[in-house]
Amino acid sequence: MNNNNQKISLTIDGVEVQGKPGQTILEAAEAAAVYIPRLCWMKNLTAAGSCRVCSVRANGRVQSACTQPIGPGMVVENDTEELRELRRNLIDMLFVEGNHFCMFCEKSGECELQALAYRFGITAPKYPFMFPQRDLDASHPEILVDRNRCILCGRCVRASQELDGKHVFGFVGRGTTKRLAVNAPDNLAQTDAEADDQAVAACPTGSLLVKRVGYAVPVGQRKFDHSPIGSEIENSDVQD
Amino acid sequence: MASTQTKRIVIEPVTRVEGHGKVSILMDENNRVEQARLHIVEFRGFERFIQGRPFWELPVLVQRLCGICPVSHHLCAAKAIDGIVGAENLTPTAEKMRRLMHYGQMFQSHALHFFHLASPDLLFGFDAPVEKRNVIGVIAEHPDLAVQGVMMRKFGQEIIRATAGKKVHGTGAIPGGINKNLSIEERDALLADMDQMLEWSLESVKIAKSYTLENLNSVAEFGSFESNHLSIVREDGAMDLYDGKLRAVDAIGATIIDQVDPLDYLDVIAEEVRPWSYMKFPYLTSIGSEDGWYRVGPLARVNTCDFIDTPQAEVARQEFMGLTDGKPSNVTMAYHWTRMIELLHAAEKIQELLHDSALQGEDLVVPAGDRRGEYVAMIEAPRGTLTHHYQVDENDQVTMANLIVSTTCNNEAMNRAVRKIADDHLSGAPEITEGLLNNIEVGIRAYDPCLSCATHALGQMPLEVTLFDAVGEVVDQRVRSSR
Repeated sequence: MNNNNQKISLTIDGVEVQGKPGQTILEAAEAAAVYIPRLCWMKNLTAAGSCRVCSVRANGRVQSACTQPIGPGMVVENDTEELRELRRNLIDMLFVEGNHFCMFCEKSGECELQALAYRFGITAPKYPFMFPQRDLDASHPEILVDRNRCILCGRCVRASQELDGKHVFGFVGRGTTKRLAVNAPDNLAQTDAEADDQAVAACPTGSLLVKRVGYAVPVGQRKFDHSPIGSEIENSDVQD
Repeated sequence: MASTQTKRIVIEPVTRVEGHGKVSILMDENNRVEQARLHIVEFRGFERFIQGRPFWELPVLVQRLCGICPVSHHLCAAKAIDGIVGAENLTPTAEKMRRLMHYGQMFQSHALHFFHLASPDLLFGFDAPVEKRNVIGVIAEHPDLAVQGVMMRKFGQEIIRATAGKKVHGTGAIPGGINKNLSIEERDALLADMDQMLEWSLESVKIAKSYTLENLNSVAEFGSFESNHLSIVREDGAMDLYDGKLRAVDAIGATIIDQVDPLDYLDVIAEEVRPWSYMKFPYLTSIGSEDGWYRVGPLARVNTCDFIDTPQAEVARQEFMGLTDGKPSNVTMAYHWTRMIELLHAAEKIQELLHDSALQGEDLVVPAGDRRGEYVAMIEAPRGTLTHHYQVDENDQVTMANLIVSTTCNNEAMNRAVRKIADDHLSGAPEITEGLLNNIEVGIRAYDPCLSCATHALGQMPLEVTLFDAVGEVVDQRVRSSR
């Protein structure tokens, strides 16, 4: 049986949406021009469901929209005050558990974490800063790793494996000591990482950077200078 | 035997200066000034915590030292990084965009200081009631002047936004150039206000000049003393606020150093650390720490340059120098007049640049050349000569930073001004009035000090204040655990 033309009907915030078999809630929502905030999810990568920013209520249960498949008659709650508050808290915690200094970060204006904070109206974290001791790996001639800004989303880990066919990045440690590691004894320079690896571009924050690019894009022309994150989805056409 | 009648007067905080300062005066039992010092109680640590950061971050990171003249730090760091990456010969578009940004900042900073911070003292007198002697008082009694100050500052800020992307803490200057040019729309919006700004700048010079001349008897000696003067100047001796080489003259105009490349600054300038201040005390090494200190800023720049290369500011300079027969002026309160001469110069430069089609050029960045591990850049910030010195390792990480900011250069001079004013106005006074205390602040304020900038470095001072009497006995001690 060919499922390509089969439709699955569900509602998101009371609006009926037609999805396709095999789609996740996030994918079905995106096709219907509904934005569900996300950080660890990235197109063409296996969903990890780890950041929980895409949490929705599906048939009354909180689920990560990037991993939960849609089902017929599913009732999805997305843009509710309860979920907005949940997401605000998650984003807030990501800020305080790292060292995110947007004021001089070259990813400012292009950073998904910062853009989400703006979208959710977070002007300052409500939780106390943890100020962890994190290091910076500048050993590679073309790539900088600034672990101060790493939110452990794992996009670089998956992109390296699934898109670049390499295994440059991984995680070591647990809990608050978990950190991004490289597949080499000491540092990134000892790996086969290259500046045009999709793993580098996959970083949603300023943790993985191509060196010496800096602030080449002027203020006013950066990705999120004029439109909030997600607006490109909300302004897109509904797909059949 | 130690005196037990020593009286300590503390003015804290010193108002209407950028950042926070504290003045302490030690008086003996006869109410005569024993000692007067400007203490710096802020602690910033920039030189230390930028170590390890990638060098291309510096122009954006270091400018966070200050919200008033961040452009100076932005551009000075950018110039230093140009040298690090071997790209110091910029395209005309890049150099002129940076200059426009710098003149815009000079314009807004000088307007802010003169109209918002200094004018209450000049308009109402140093002894005027404190509730009147502030910018609100200026708005009430001189609304035209207050509006003029606001609009002039706004104009400078708009130039910064057009060149750096934001009015405060932008990103315009990048290694080897600039990240945007000036659009026709941006240019025309600025040109629409240009004539008014030039007219107001001329009036500002007249106000400062009239004030100085009308009050010459009191102003000439107020916190004044002979000193050396230092700035960068262009190769032909012209005032150049963006680039040049070091020149220092003594109190009567004799040349001490001239055309010293910023890269060789350590051959001519050293910094002394004193145990009671977070701020260092720079001095000219050829003279030594005792007498080699110098002043920087508008007064010093007008004193050191041979001429100003814009016509109206040059006329104003000649009028000013005419008072001292072409010799340097050592009058502290003349900072205000010279600051307005520079304001006019900045306005003329802005006008010149806005009519230059190079600003609409597309060639914004020169490619990196031979990499250097170390570089030094200097710029004339609104408050005086600013030095950024960096060392960068092969991984692109900063390993050393030395920032000598304008207010640090004026450290000794401000302390001398405090002592002089305290001697002249407080000694023997039976009562310490608000007006008398403010005389000291007026003296400090003449230098437009930015105390937050000046304490960027890791201080060598223990976090305590010790008070000595006339014979050196400790009479008071206070541990400063936090501000």
